[in-house]
Amino acid sequence: MKRVYPKEEVCMGCHLCEVHCAVQHSASRDVLKAFTRDSPPPLPRIRVQENGRMFVAVQCRHCPEPLCVYACLTGAMQQDPLTGTVSLDPQRCIGCWTCILVCPYGAIRRDLERHIAVKCDLCPDLEVPACVVNCPNEALVFTEDGAGA
Amino acid sequence: MPRRSGKQTKAAKPEAEVLKTKYLIVGNSVGAVGAVEAIRQIDRSGPLTVLSDEPHFTYSRPMIAEYLAGECSLEHMLYRPPDFYERNRVQAVLGCKAVGIDFQARLVELDDGRKIAWRKLLLATGGTPIVPRMEGVDRKNVFTFTTIADAEKMKRALPAGATVVVIGGGLIGISVTQALVKYGAKVIVVELMDRLLSTMLDPEGSHLAEERFHAASVQLVTGQTVSRIIGQAGDETRVGGVILQDGRSISCDAVVVAIGVVPRTELVKDSPVAVNRGIIVDRRMQTSVRDVYACGDVAEAFDFVQKADRVIPVWPNAYIGGRVAGQNMADVRAKYPGGTAMNSLNCFGLSVVSAGLVDPGDTEGYEILSTPPTATSYGKIVLKKGRVVGMIFLGDIERSGVVFGLMKDSVNVSGFKEALLRRDFGLSALPDQLRRQLLGVGPAPEKVVVAE
Repeated sequence: MKRVYPKEEVCMGCHLCEVHCAVQHSASRDVLKAFTRDSPPPLPRIRVQENGRMFVAVQCRHCPEPLCVYACLTGAMQQDPLTGTVSLDPQRCIGCWTCILVCPYGAIRRDLERHIAVKCDLCPDLEVPACVVNCPNEALVFTEDGAGA
Repeated sequence: MPRRSGKQTKAAKPEAEVLKTKYLIVGNSVGAVGAVEAIRQIDRSGPLTVLSDEPHFTYSRPMIAEYLAGECSLEHMLYRPPDFYERNRVQAVLGCKAVGIDFQARLVELDDGRKIAWRKLLLATGGTPIVPRMEGVDRKNVFTFTTIADAEKMKRALPAGATVVVIGGGLIGISVTQALVKYGAKVIVVELMDRLLSTMLDPEGSHLAEERFHAASVQLVTGQTVSRIIGQAGDETRVGGVILQDGRSISCDAVVVAIGVVPRTELVKDSPVAVNRGIIVDRRMQTSVRDVYACGDVAEAFDFVQKADRVIPVWPNAYIGGRVAGQNMADVRAKYPGGTAMNSLNCFGLSVVSAGLVDPGDTEGYEILSTPPTATSYGKIVLKKGRVVGMIFLGDIERSGVVFGLMKDSVNVSGFKEALLRRDFGLSALPDQLRRQLLGVGPAPEKVVVAE
């Protein structure tokens, strides 16, 4: 399946992927309205981490063997049997954070307002995820094979 | 059983109905679902039967706390969508109890007289709550807390303002205590050890959890246990109070016994299946009997921290064990990576995450990293020979998964250990090669130096 792979050697740490991710997962999908009118405001599911001058944007890896799905207490975390996408049903999440405990990427975060987990869903409404489309330096690549990215 | 030919002196008993299946799973919780999903990824059509003494569609057992608290309905508790059995071609035999197994003839006998013939068997029977023998334990309003039926019984029996004594300050005790507080009950927790969550946390961590209890007006009695349960004045059949070991008495309307579970192994008693504390399984989750597997709370499986087989009754291990069992049952070789003690829970608003060996009594040979505890946060990592063997995160727990992954993969963290408990810890703090490997992006490209 296609996944998003970060190219840290060209990531300049601008955090635009986070902005566009949050907007894409907002009610209005408008960059100005999303943060002022959405209540609670949307959270980005991708996060830019840094270490000195190195930046890397991390989001869910959509593991073929998803530990978060296996560990989920309620069945809220699911892997689509056809596409392989791992996504969370917010209606069924109880915020126990067991998925966070088992995710080796630290790619799941807490929405403390709604008391549910949030994570990358690869933007099901878009052909290419919003973070990739809007990365100004092509530091995110949407492809089958990350090693060749 | 085949009918014998020839003369019969007694009137022939009606033939017991025999259902035939390829895969039989005894149990219907997370381990069973893990096995069903694994089998169906490999074998779309082999007859698959799930047997459970509970009459319910597979449900999320931990959510009985939300149910008791009035935060969710029964429909909300379904662990898989309502078409799960249909879609996976599972014959679900629910509300029937297995009463015996003939390992020679490969038959499971049910309490209604029917039999199920199987070729591969998975024992995913879970655990039974421990109820110590004590005077008065058979009175009305003494509960355990592991099934929907338990939660429903409590809902029926308890008025909102009831006073409840919870015996046990571990995971189940904390879960039922929070649910009861939301239900409107007054709760007193009696814990044998000197602190809450003594197997999951160290004293500093337990202290933070206890502060949350006090803030929620839950009374905590430590270093004590209930020696007997006394009756109500006027109705001796009902709970009226408890007497502690030191002679103190606490009056209450109900008692919840929450001191843990033991593997539910009665089906394999006096059978060829080897049992220690739980059913012993190898790394393929197979028991000592060929084609018979076990997983979850009933099994004694590999612990990757202790490097030994142990009973670890936690949810994620049960799914993964069930999955590995299912793969092997469907003839795809798979190895159990091992599990370890691991829990994530909410203690009156405080997120608590713990895994592995969190409080080695004798610290010789261990290195402890920790952050100073505050009212809302605490972090601790236990290292042995440069590898993470235990961790506690309270409050901000979002980085715990990366540390858990390093622990599971036995990564030598000596070179970056001081970063592990930093607030901004993440993949960016890992050595380049390890990070790139985790992210699946291949080695770093060589730097191109442009000549001036």
